Amino acid sequence: MVPELGHFALILALCIALVQSTLPLAGAARGNDAWMALARPAAQAQCLFIALAFGCLTYAFVSNDFSVKYVAEHSNTQLPLAYRVAGVWGGHEGSLLLWTLMLGLWMFAVSIFSRSLPQEMVSRVLSVMGMIGVGFLLFMLFASNPFERLLPAAADGRDLNPLLQDPGMVFHPPMLYMGYVGFSVAFAFSMAALIDGRLDATWARWSRPWTTVAWSVLTLGIALGSGWAYYVLGWGGWWFWDPVENASFMPWLVGTALIHSLAVTEKRGAFRSWTVFLAILAFSLSLLGTFLVRSGVLTSVHAFATDPKRGIFILVFLAVVVGSSLTLFAWRASKVGLGGRFALVSRESMLLTNNALLLVAAGAVLLGTLYPLVLDAFGLGKISVGPPYFEAVFVPLMAPALFLMGIAPLARWKQASLPELAVRLRWALAVSFAAAIIVPLAMGHWSTMVGFSLLLAAWIAATSVVNLKAKLAHAPKGGIGARLAQLPRSYYGMLLAHLGIAVFIVGVALVKGYEAETDVRMEVGDTAHLHGYTFRFTAINEVKGPNYTSERGTIEVTRGAEPVVTLNPEKRLYTVQNMPMTEAAIDAGFTRHLYVALGDSITPTAWVVRIYHKPFIGWIWGGCLLMGIGGLLAAFDRRYRARARAGSAQLTTAAGLNASPAR
Amino acid sequence: MLRARFLIPLAVFAVVVGILGVGLTLDPREVPSPLINKPAPAFNLPQLAQPDKTISQKDMLGKVWLLNVWASWCVSCREEHSTILELARSGVVPVLGLNYKDERADGLAWLARLGNPYQISAYDRDGRIGIDYGVYGVPETYVIDKAGVIRYKRIGAVTPEVVRDKILPLVKELNGNA
Amino acid sequence: MRKLFVLLFGLILAGSVLAKEAPPAVPDPALEKRTMALAEELRCLVCQNQTIADSHAELAIDLKNQIREKLKAGMSEEQILQFMVARYGDFVLYKPPVKATTVPLWFGPFALLFGALAGLFYYLLRRRRSAAPQPLSEAEQARVQALLDSPEERR
Repeated sequence: MVPELGHFALILALCIALVQSTLPLAGAARGNDAWMALARPAAQAQCLFIALAFGCLTYAFVSNDFSVKYVAEHSNTQLPLAYRVAGVWGGHEGSLLLWTLMLGLWMFAVSIFSRSLPQEMVSRVLSVMGMIGVGFLLFMLFASNPFERLLPAAADGRDLNPLLQDPGMVFHPPMLYMGYVGFSVAFAFSMAALIDGRLDATWARWSRPWTTVAWSVLTLGIALGSGWAYYVLGWGGWWFWDPVENASFMPWLVGTALIHSLAVTEKRGAFRSWTVFLAILAFSLSLLGTFLVRSGVLTSVHAFATDPKRGIFILVFLAVVVGSSLTLFAWRASKVGLGGRFALVSRESMLLTNNALLLVAAGAVLLGTLYPLVLDAFGLGKISVGPPYFEAVFVPLMAPALFLMGIAPLARWKQASLPELAVRLRWALAVSFAAAIIVPLAMGHWSTMVGFSLLLAAWIAATSVVNLKAKLAHAPKGGIGARLAQLPRSYYGMLLAHLGIAVFIVGVALVKGYEAETDVRMEVGDTAHLHGYTFRFTAINEVKGPNYTSERGTIEVTRGAEPVVTLNPEKRLYTVQNMPMTEAAIDAGFTRHLYVALGDSITPTAWVVRIYHKPFIGWIWGGCLLMGIGGLLAAFDRRYRARARAGSAQLTTAAGLNASPAR
Repeated sequence: MLRARFLIPLAVFAVVVGILGVGLTLDPREVPSPLINKPAPAFNLPQLAQPDKTISQKDMLGKVWLLNVWASWCVSCREEHSTILELARSGVVPVLGLNYKDERADGLAWLARLGNPYQISAYDRDGRIGIDYGVYGVPETYVIDKAGVIRYKRIGAVTPEVVRDKILPLVKELNGNA
Repeated sequence: MRKLFVLLFGLILAGSVLAKEAPPAVPDPALEKRTMALAEELRCLVCQNQTIADSHAELAIDLKNQIREKLKAGMSEEQILQFMVARYGDFVLYKPPVKATTVPLWFGPFALLFGALAGLFYYLLRRRRSAAPQPLSEAEQARVQALLDSPEERR
């Protein structure tokens, strides 16, 4: 009964989506208020029905309804409750429903937080989002129905993949999808601007917070995925340049370019058609990612098991959405205009360079990801493109962008002076070189790679300090506290996000340069030493979990005479799928992680134990967290919320002033 | 007004979609063999049924023959077995087996139960020869010509269609060059 | 009775002394390090995109053993990679070799970088030389004046 209800809810959502994609759009073209007024309630109703369907599927999981095929494939009576809920998005059909739910939620948010937007714009934006919804709902209803029945019902399910039975599964996919789908808002805003033939600073001010939130959430989603891989795979790796990982990284890179481009469009009215293009590109890459994960075109540990028929559907959908938006772009972009003028050396040109570099980086990732497919398609053989390639190519590409990050925030709009900037930044440069030389030597031994990375990281940090000092010096008089409080939230957002990148680089460089490991054979009572720590293997016990049995080791870690921590690495066997899993034990400190994993047991009493000392690895995800927080801080800047006070009359005036002169 | 440069993204996208479309017809996990048109790697292995005798690829010089890599633990091998049996019985081409990473007793029992299409089976216990032949997933089948050069490799189970469309014509062609 | 006690105590003491510094998991850690370094460059053919270092598949273990043996026998890293490529093709390398078919792959990004920066530079120069903004019309001028004369907006 409940699954049928869910199925019906999806059908209703589709009907609403069809209405939402057509009438408000037509209404905006004709000036029909009644049709335009449909947009908001339609979006909200669509969200409601999708949420209802999602709730029904969750109920089927939680109540162990194995007459639903999807539940039987991804759940089990012994699966703990949290993972039964997370299992909803553990497979292809359910994760599509999650994707659609995220779309519904973003639509809902847009319908609520757009009170002072012009009616035509809201109608067009929600119509475009509705069209995307139509595509996904059609796909689900015709090719990937999560509510398909399995009759006769299975006695018990096949269990969720043990690799996914982890808190990471609860948070990573929802956050990631929230980010992916969030770019559809910027996309819809861009489409609305192209259809309207107008794009001004006000448009940028509206789209910017939505895009920044989507970007922040995507940052956090990717970081969660990386952290999860780190502790669950047992080898301490955190990024593999796997096609699916790249599929999430490309929209992130383009999204970063987009938020910077939007800054220029908002503040200076420049880069208009470029911003529109970036918004289309970011969302297109999100959709491409959806295709790559589910079509079977590329091999990946993250890929869902699907058949080519589904791949065709998604490819057609991708072709239609992106193809039509790029066609619209080609046709109407020139109407949108080029925007303000700026000098060869100016903040605008530096941001444009940043954009170019980020796009080249994204292009390189795309090239590497698709190249094996390209060669195979042309019958030129089969190759693999893995981490050695991406690391060799990506790092040199990003280095100039990171260097520029230090200069651009200090450069003036419209016209900046290189000599002046050089003078202001000379101390920052000196400090950066000092840090780049001192830290590696302090860590133990010199490494050029580490030195160069730290140079960039210190540069970003030092220039941020210079920037902050300059801003404070220009603020109206008052104590330092008062002056700090006067700076807008968006400024702190930028500062935090940029510092986040510096922190991230420090983490990557130091762990790659100074990681230590030892693989030992331990019997109970044995000790091992690594980096000044003593690891004593005190016990091995058999533990029974809800759906697994486990050999649980106890390792006492001391430093000198001081006890540090007791770690319990496990070797689990998940009974339903008969799959072994290594659960590493990590002592996550601010300056280092101690990572212990059990290898194979050589005899019942002797085990291979892998011990790692990873300096500053926590800074990798700490940096990402700072980036995410910075983004959210910037998105909630007061000036975006001041629009409620300003009222629409003022907006119309502003819009009129900024409209491009030549049509 | 339509400016040419604004069409570039669309053109690039069209190419990408084309490639992805072709990609849907391909299998990213299939690894083609670099050994095609190269001499069959040498081996001198004990025979499965008679451990004191050996078999080498040199023994088959002057004949066109098939090398079928199989194992008793391999499910797909069971699926293709009837096809291999029929091919062997037809006498068109001799078939040699390479028993890959198996227990001798298990391999012999499997053949006794399901039928033995192989003139002789070589016993590759540790899989070394398999690696030399680029074996990564049993079953795999090679067509080798009179000069001992590999001409064709089939990855996965041999189906009647593969026999009809690929193997038999090739064997005929290789035999015709006498 | 006391002798027994002393004997037992002595045995327990001896037993605790037997708890030792754990030996390395493999007989030759240096060789193992080289093996793993090489294994991390090679792709596991039966896995869903993993190195043979990370994989527990039987073929991966066999190949790791082959690498170890060959390193011990004195083969160089380059020779071992060639050994693998001769049997499995370029697919087995995670670092694609530079050949005619992979030139766009290896040089593409840098060509793209150069092209993008050059294009950007050219574009910025061209914009600088483009015409100054058109002067305002009478009506627009009047509007500007009206706005400037209106009461100061709150910041």
